[in-house]
Amino acid sequence: MLFELANPKRFMEVSGPFLPWLAAATAACLITGLVLGFSTPPDYQQGDTVRIMFLHVPAAWTAMMAYGLMAVASIIALINRHPLADVAAKTAAPLGAVFTTLGLITGSLWGKPMWGAWWVWDGRLTSFLLLLLLYLGYIALGSAIEDETQSARACAILAIVGAVNLPIIEFSVDWWTTLHQGESILRKGGPLISPVFLWPLLLMGVGYTLLFSTLWIVRIRTEILNRRVRTLMLSRAA
Amino acid sequence: MSPFFALLSRDIRLAVRAGGGATLALAFFACVVTLVPLGVGSDLHLLSRIAGGVLWVAAVLAALLSLDRLFQADYEDGSLDLIVLSPLSLEVSVLAKTTAHWLATGLPLTVLSALLAVLFDLSVKATGALVLSLLIGTPAVSAIGAVGAALTLSIRRGGLILPLIVLPLLAPAVIFGSGVVQAVQDNLANGAFLFLAAFSVLSVVLSPFAAAASVRLNLAT
Repeated sequence: MLFELANPKRFMEVSGPFLPWLAAATAACLITGLVLGFSTPPDYQQGDTVRIMFLHVPAAWTAMMAYGLMAVASIIALINRHPLADVAAKTAAPLGAVFTTLGLITGSLWGKPMWGAWWVWDGRLTSFLLLLLLYLGYIALGSAIEDETQSARACAILAIVGAVNLPIIEFSVDWWTTLHQGESILRKGGPLISPVFLWPLLLMGVGYTLLFSTLWIVRIRTEILNRRVRTLMLSRAA
Repeated sequence: MSPFFALLSRDIRLAVRAGGGATLALAFFACVVTLVPLGVGSDLHLLSRIAGGVLWVAAVLAALLSLDRLFQADYEDGSLDLIVLSPLSLEVSVLAKTTAHWLATGLPLTVLSALLAVLFDLSVKATGALVLSLLIGTPAVSAIGAVGAALTLSIRRGGLILPLIVLPLLAPAVIFGSGVVQAVQDNLANGAFLFLAAFSVLSVVLSPFAAAASVRLNLAT
């Protein structure tokens, strides 16, 4: 099923009509999430700034998910030598970098009123900064190698090395120092967060994930079309 | 002589002789370490606090300096093709080259750091911790650096991309490496040492596979 869809032609046929629905679902989730987020009562300690959470936390989730998806696509690309997996991994990286940046910026805006500084060298923040650098290194490597397949395979190796290293970086940075909010959603004994805040947050999480998927599919389609155009131009020139 | 040691000694000879860059890396290390007090001031209390971090960061940067030529020089003159064709598996060849890089850069840096620690008023015990941490941690720098060097070997100006790829991956080495020194300075239990050793072993064992795969893909076209 997956590999049937992985044929670029088949992918274009299926993803085209699917895309408007996905975009509509994204908009619906994000709008309801935002409306719900603004209708929550202010937090008893953090006041209105708690609403930044609805933009910040899903951005961080999506940024990590993007790296995971990129690594999975890279493994498939290396093992099955599938061109669509190459494209999928390559196009996920800039999106991941954007979501990481979004997480860093919203975190910084939240940190100023809460911690009194735009930036603190806390474990989560630092590992996110390193995640951004990993994304940038991946993008730089991909754009520096001219040959398409060679560039894709080099990037795949880098993504896998990064994926192996990421938990170690995460751990080392946590060991180094931590001040950030601990895990409060997925924990034993249920979420620590009040349901009034949990629902908009989950909705925003789904919204961000859908947004990522929509943009990802658009980027994959664009890349496939770009390659087709290039092939056509080459065959005309010959 | 076995092929492994033949390759190892060839690479060491190339590194230490004229144009090899091993001594340049040492000079660079000394320069960076000298510039830091000029920037942050001459307060010895402060300097001895930050010594572990400064020496570790400088050592990583100095090791990176010679890494971009690790495979590139062999790639350009064609000897990399012969290394790939040799009966020695490419993973082992990569390990030999990485070891040579460490012996020519990481090890001398470690020795020099003991001397430079004097400039930072590091206690004897902390200096010992620093030397030990560099001794154990710099193989990871060479090993992970080799992956970056192999990935960028066919890129013109690949040396500019290499640090961007490798430095984030080396964050654990810097954290645990300078952590070892600080734990000794603060008389704390030294968990960092074990983590550093684990990170180093893991890197040295796994990196040759990634580096060899990268060399292969660069030679495939």
